[in-house]
Amino acid sequence: MNEVDIEARVLQLFLEVAPDVDAAKLRRDVAFRDQFDFDSMDTLNFAIGLHHAFGVEVPETDYRELASLSKAVAYVARRLHERGG
Amino acid sequence: MVSEFRMPSLGPDMESGTLVAWRTHPGARVKRGDVIALVETDKGVIDVEVFGSGTIEELLVEPGTRVPVGTVLARLSGAEQETPLTSIVLPSQPEAKAAIAAERVPTLAPSGRQKISPAARVRARELGIDVTKVPGSGAGGVITLEDVVSYAAATPKAPAAEPAYDMRQVIAKAMSRSKREIPHYYLSLTCSFTAARAFLERHNSSVSIEQRLLPSALLLKAVALAARSMPEFNGCYTDGVFSPATSVNVGMAIAARGGRLVAPAILDVDRKTLQAVMTELRDLTTRVRTGHMRANELAASTITVTSLAEEGVDLIVPAIYPPQVAIVGFGSILERPWIVEGVVQPVPVLTMTLAADHRVTDGRAGARFLAQVRDALQKPEGL
Repeated sequence: MNEVDIEARVLQLFLEVAPDVDAAKLRRDVAFRDQFDFDSMDTLNFAIGLHHAFGVEVPETDYRELASLSKAVAYVARRLHERGG
Repeated sequence: MVSEFRMPSLGPDMESGTLVAWRTHPGARVKRGDVIALVETDKGVIDVEVFGSGTIEELLVEPGTRVPVGTVLARLSGAEQETPLTSIVLPSQPEAKAAIAAERVPTLAPSGRQKISPAARVRARELGIDVTKVPGSGAGGVITLEDVVSYAAATPKAPAAEPAYDMRQVIAKAMSRSKREIPHYYLSLTCSFTAARAFLERHNSSVSIEQRLLPSALLLKAVALAARSMPEFNGCYTDGVFSPATSVNVGMAIAARGGRLVAPAILDVDRKTLQAVMTELRDLTTRVRTGHMRANELAASTITVTSLAEEGVDLIVPAIYPPQVAIVGFGSILERPWIVEGVVQPVPVLTMTLAADHRVTDGRAGARFLAQVRDALQKPEGL
């Protein structure tokens, strides 16, 4: 899975957690919580979504690496690579 | 068997509701769970589901009519009487938004009733059109269905009601009533969150991701246990009398993006495991943010918890949701210098504030209540 595919899927998962967010206005390098009301419940749900979609473990200590779209994409890519995927 | 479909009650303080729109028609076959009407109350617009299966015989109330709780709205034949089912649609839902816009359409022109055919009126509601602006081409200037349709085609659609605005009105109404009627007193207590944080870290690193807990689950449970042991903080004050509740249903103030705020209840929190409380909290938050709540969740709260845990504030001084008699507000969990066994250390601390009703309790009881919440948080494994 290349980064473009990962990004499309990560964005889709983010929008499942925050369906009221306008995807066109999402800035990929800015933290979600600096753009929208995005709290720890959303972060948890986003992490659960990533876990199910990509099969990667997302320990609580890694939540900060999911703070923005670009960070989350990089995180997933790294975790998949580590897993040899 | 003929049965009746009535205006539902969504809480002890609800007296009436406005039928916004029908989602069915006479002769329609409906089954249990189908949404057949939209009702607006001061809690928002509600999707009302039918309680049994059958055929709609008759619709008795016109859209736009405000009627008391219990009023028969429709008759069904061949329906089995069952427990009413309802769910809440927040005003962000496109349908609800349109319904609110429609609700705003005046049914009376300033000079009297608008001359308009029934079909045109219904269509105008659906399209969110102000019928006073539609020129009528029918006999005597009556507005026909065609007039409405061509007006709609020629006119940019009226902007739908701003949900944040509606929600502000709802909140303002409840909070004005609270401040006007309830003699509040406030008590605040700051405690260490060290034990709770250690417990959460330990728990969350040892369970699957779906079973991870957030601090809110602990706070809800701690308040529920205190409410169970001190029932004078758990119940309703109506008509000059306090009635303690037999169960502990904790309302949780949940914000949705766009300035909406609701406080649906998690039922029987005192008797549920932390895991169950957390699962329900996740589910409830998702439904608040995506738009669907159930009626009993809005009606059932016996005490409320509000938390600004992530906003960096020291404390929150909340207003009680009438007819409840207490609310506990939690500020952020913040690193602060704290004295542990005679030594100053950086420690995560949390300030909780109780707002309670002086008609029912006083500060002494309130202090004991907060002390119980604090003690529960110091021994999180007991929650």
